[in-house]
Amino acid sequence: MAVNTGTNWNAYDAATMTAREIYGRTLTELGKNDDRIVGVTADLANTTAIVHFANAFPERFFNVGIAEQNMLGVAAGLAKAGLIPFASTMAIFACLRAGEQVRTDIAYQSLPVKIIATHAGISFGHAGTTHHCTEDFAVMRSIANMTVICPADGIETSMAVQACAKTPGPVYIRIGRGFEPPCYENANYDFEIGKAITMRDGTDITVICCGIAVLQTLQAAKTLAEQDGISVRVINMHTIKPIDREAILKSVVDTRRILTIEEHNVIGGLGDAVGSVIAESGKGCVFKKHGIYDEFVTIGYAEDLYSYYGLDANGIVDQVRSIMGKEFEADESWDDE
Amino acid sequence: MAISVIEKKRLADIARELRLTIIDVMAWSGGAHIGGSLSITDILTILYFKYLNVDAENPCWEDRDRFILSKGHSAAGYIPVLAKKGFFPSDELKSFNHFGSPFAMHPDSKKVVGCDVSAGSLGHGLPIAAGIALGARYLKKGYKTVCLLGDGECCEGSVWEAAMSISHFKLTNVITVVDRNRLMIDGKTEDIMALEPFADKWRAFGFEVIEINGHDFDQLDATFERAWTATEKPVLILANTVKGKGVDFMENNVVYHYASGDTAMCEKAKASILKS
Repeated sequence: MAVNTGTNWNAYDAATMTAREIYGRTLTELGKNDDRIVGVTADLANTTAIVHFANAFPERFFNVGIAEQNMLGVAAGLAKAGLIPFASTMAIFACLRAGEQVRTDIAYQSLPVKIIATHAGISFGHAGTTHHCTEDFAVMRSIANMTVICPADGIETSMAVQACAKTPGPVYIRIGRGFEPPCYENANYDFEIGKAITMRDGTDITVICCGIAVLQTLQAAKTLAEQDGISVRVINMHTIKPIDREAILKSVVDTRRILTIEEHNVIGGLGDAVGSVIAESGKGCVFKKHGIYDEFVTIGYAEDLYSYYGLDANGIVDQVRSIMGKEFEADESWDDE
Repeated sequence: MAISVIEKKRLADIARELRLTIIDVMAWSGGAHIGGSLSITDILTILYFKYLNVDAENPCWEDRDRFILSKGHSAAGYIPVLAKKGFFPSDELKSFNHFGSPFAMHPDSKKVVGCDVSAGSLGHGLPIAAGIALGARYLKKGYKTVCLLGDGECCEGSVWEAAMSISHFKLTNVITVVDRNRLMIDGKTEDIMALEPFADKWRAFGFEVIEINGHDFDQLDATFERAWTATEKPVLILANTVKGKGVDFMENNVVYHYASGDTAMCEKAKASILKS
């Protein structure tokens, strides 16, 4: 039987509850120990599961109605009053509808507003493109002072929520709808903002991924080991900003092949963050970004979309196979193809 | 109780001195939103020199009243008030807009001592005021949050999102003031995007609207006294003002929304202020 309170979640909890459900319950637990924590939403208390906090602490929960700009302005004001606001809505509304409030009201003034955004990526695929969000990494990581986190599952969501409450300044955590299977067995691991986690070691190629792609990449790595004899290192880059440069550069030297996987446009997201680190280091390697290739995603249920866009284990296996034959070229000619 | 003659003279003298400094800032900075800075001078004068409980020695005092200049482009009218109040030496105003200065065309709360909230993008101040007021109520703090909006700013939808919230949450600890100078960059508010019936709009959103002459210290005093003690509905002060107030050739002249002044123009402006 699941213990539905607390902060120490296990795989059973993560398999029976969505990541947002675990977020709402974790936040409630944090609220018990810190009365500076307050909550805001824009008519999505149930949808984002911040409703658990709302029910426990009605005197410090504020629903502003369907008004995301106001929600994040109000959150900035609450922080100005000395509080630690958690603001929850869908990712697309947090990062674009209220993008200027995030930048100007929150980040510019270094306020400790924690934006926990749900339905990110293509997780709400059947809602249609208005509710997809494949732009949030690009928006949020280009805002100064902002920390950007994408947890792999419900357990890691809880870890990230706990960590962000202790971190000064603004934090953006993106989660999906959270119906995906859990990635971690339990919460007995070290989660540190900005410190990537090697989920599986390998010598032939490193796949750097985040969010739902972590579990899929682990499954792909198992298949590749069994069927192709390819040794895949899997890195869970749960913090997109600040990015863990050390983990990237060590993998460049160790494996000389880097593949990034993200549920985001390949422009401006994890792949670009990793690619910049590699390019600036002067170290060479085979490098490929995989994600959504600068298009608005078609309609469908999330699992169908992950399969169609190659973000599931099969798609990742194909990506790895396609770049395993390539070698880092020391050639001096730029148009040798 | 009516404001005394002596008190009125004290406030008028401060306002006149501030207007002269604003002209200096326009010169030092290379240009300023002069019209909308002069229209709010009397409002800021009575706020900072009678109503707002702030302490220049302890600018981050947690029980202080908060002020948000939501029409952040009027920093040239606001930052000299903070200097006059003693948050920093007036001499520092000479750096306005220049490299490394804490003072820009729009105020930065991380750089300007005494400035509670950064502002400049219109429509942002009132949601923040609502948030501060909700926080104050939850923390059982008695301070007030005063938010000063431009009239043209009220085209922004987020102003009305916040207005709904202030009314819904019955935030009588927020006092909203609109600088109704009737001009925006491109012309008259009623020609560009009509605000009227403006008072009725605020009433419909649940506010007690008090319409006054925003340059009359008797009316300003009576209104802020009322606003400070309101407990039923949040108060909206619709302050009818004159853009460019105090400088005859700038008054109600849309050209002076933003201007830079050479020595001759500044002297002419100061002479007009001293006559007014």
